[in-house]
Amino acid sequence: MSWKQLEEGGVVKGGTSSSYIVSGWRVKRPVINEAKCTNCLICWIYCPEPAIVRHEGAKVTIDYDHCKGCGICETECPPKAITMVREP
Amino acid sequence: MTLTQPMRVAALQGDEAVAEAVRQCDVDVVAAYPITPQTIIVEKLAEYVADGRFRGEFVPVESEHSALSACVGASATGARVFTATSSQGLAYMHEMLYNASGMRLPIVMAVANRALSAPLVLNADHGDMMGSRDSGWIQLYAENVEEIYDRTIQLFKLSEDPRVMLPSAINFEGFILSHDKERVRLLDDEPIRRFLGRPKPKHKIDPDAPLTFGAIATPDTYYEFRMQQTEAMKNVLHVFDEVEMEFEGFSGRRYGAVDAYNTDGADVVMVINGSAAGTMRAAARALNGSGEKVGVLAIKLYRPFPMEQVVSHLAQARAVVAMDRSLSPGAPSGPVSEDVKSALQLAGLTKPIMSVVYGIGGRDLSTDDGKNIFGMAKEGGTFGASTVMYGVKI
Repeated sequence: MSWKQLEEGGVVKGGTSSSYIVSGWRVKRPVINEAKCTNCLICWIYCPEPAIVRHEGAKVTIDYDHCKGCGICETECPPKAITMVREP
Repeated sequence: MTLTQPMRVAALQGDEAVAEAVRQCDVDVVAAYPITPQTIIVEKLAEYVADGRFRGEFVPVESEHSALSACVGASATGARVFTATSSQGLAYMHEMLYNASGMRLPIVMAVANRALSAPLVLNADHGDMMGSRDSGWIQLYAENVEEIYDRTIQLFKLSEDPRVMLPSAINFEGFILSHDKERVRLLDDEPIRRFLGRPKPKHKIDPDAPLTFGAIATPDTYYEFRMQQTEAMKNVLHVFDEVEMEFEGFSGRRYGAVDAYNTDGADVVMVINGSAAGTMRAAARALNGSGEKVGVLAIKLYRPFPMEQVVSHLAQARAVVAMDRSLSPGAPSGPVSEDVKSALQLAGLTKPIMSVVYGIGGRDLSTDDGKNIFGMAKEGGTFGASTVMYGVKI
């Protein structure tokens, strides 16, 4: 893209990260053991990305498109319901 | 020239003149940390806030890195923002200087130039700003207190112009100008505010319409963003003329990007920036009074470098003396001298150039020194040789 077309100062609108798929960054993926999960939402609070998805009337799930595989959720989960599993 | 108002005359130190200009320019946010010899600016502004004479927000930060960081954030909201520093403080801001220019934020900064440690020294040379020369900031050098005052006002207009949107620095030598009390013809608040208007940035931080400033770039786009900055810096040259013309309209004062004394038909022209330009003019005048033909070209606007004007004033000279109040160890010569040589070379002109370093760490340069330097140029023994370290004890 020509320098004349780019927005001055590299200003971009908010929300662009939702269209950026980061699943290729992962070495390990978090897997939730639904039986152990209490839906306390600690993982949702600690996750630095929008990768923990809340549901009305159901337990949290993981949006793997936006999970970088950092493992914070595994460390923070009080009932140890999340395990990091090596990507194939 | 018909003036629109009577002038208030005051005896002000350079630092005080900056603070007064900032108060009058309707600045929204000041974030600064005191450092000698800029301290009076910060003290005065804090005093104005305490006295209710300054309506802006004064942020007493814990360091210069934080000062400019706070300025970057404030400026991104569309506020008019000012800071001031010197020497180590400017060095500590270095990282944020590039963020300010890269995000295209029109912050104005006063730099009371002071030499860098070690050894620690409180007095002036241009080494601090020259170390940040390539940071994408507009850089002006003033010669006297009234010019510092006028330039501070002009820089808000220049930086905030949509064709520019770059931060800027008004440079003046520590103590020599920062603490020197001179006669200043102050302008009234109202014409200054009419001249400046309010900043109207294309983008600003707004919780209702979120934006990311200074987002990450890749090798695919970074170069293009820097190209935009480079082009904006080129625009400064003509916007600067417009700003000066409009300022002259209500103040009656104009300085130019360069100031030429007797450059037409002069045998030797000396190029210099900062307060010593006046001293050198006095030396040149004395020499011309006794039959010599010498001139002085003072560089006011250093970045962007007014190449065409510099070349036109040097075109007729037999020889050029390029004066640097900073050191660039290992370089062919000092930064001002390098720029002069480049400008002449690009214009296809080859001339004998004597590169001179002077005034390091606050060493004085007198009119007699000026006469000596012109004398050395006349003898012609030092052209093309290594840089003359004028005044160093041997």
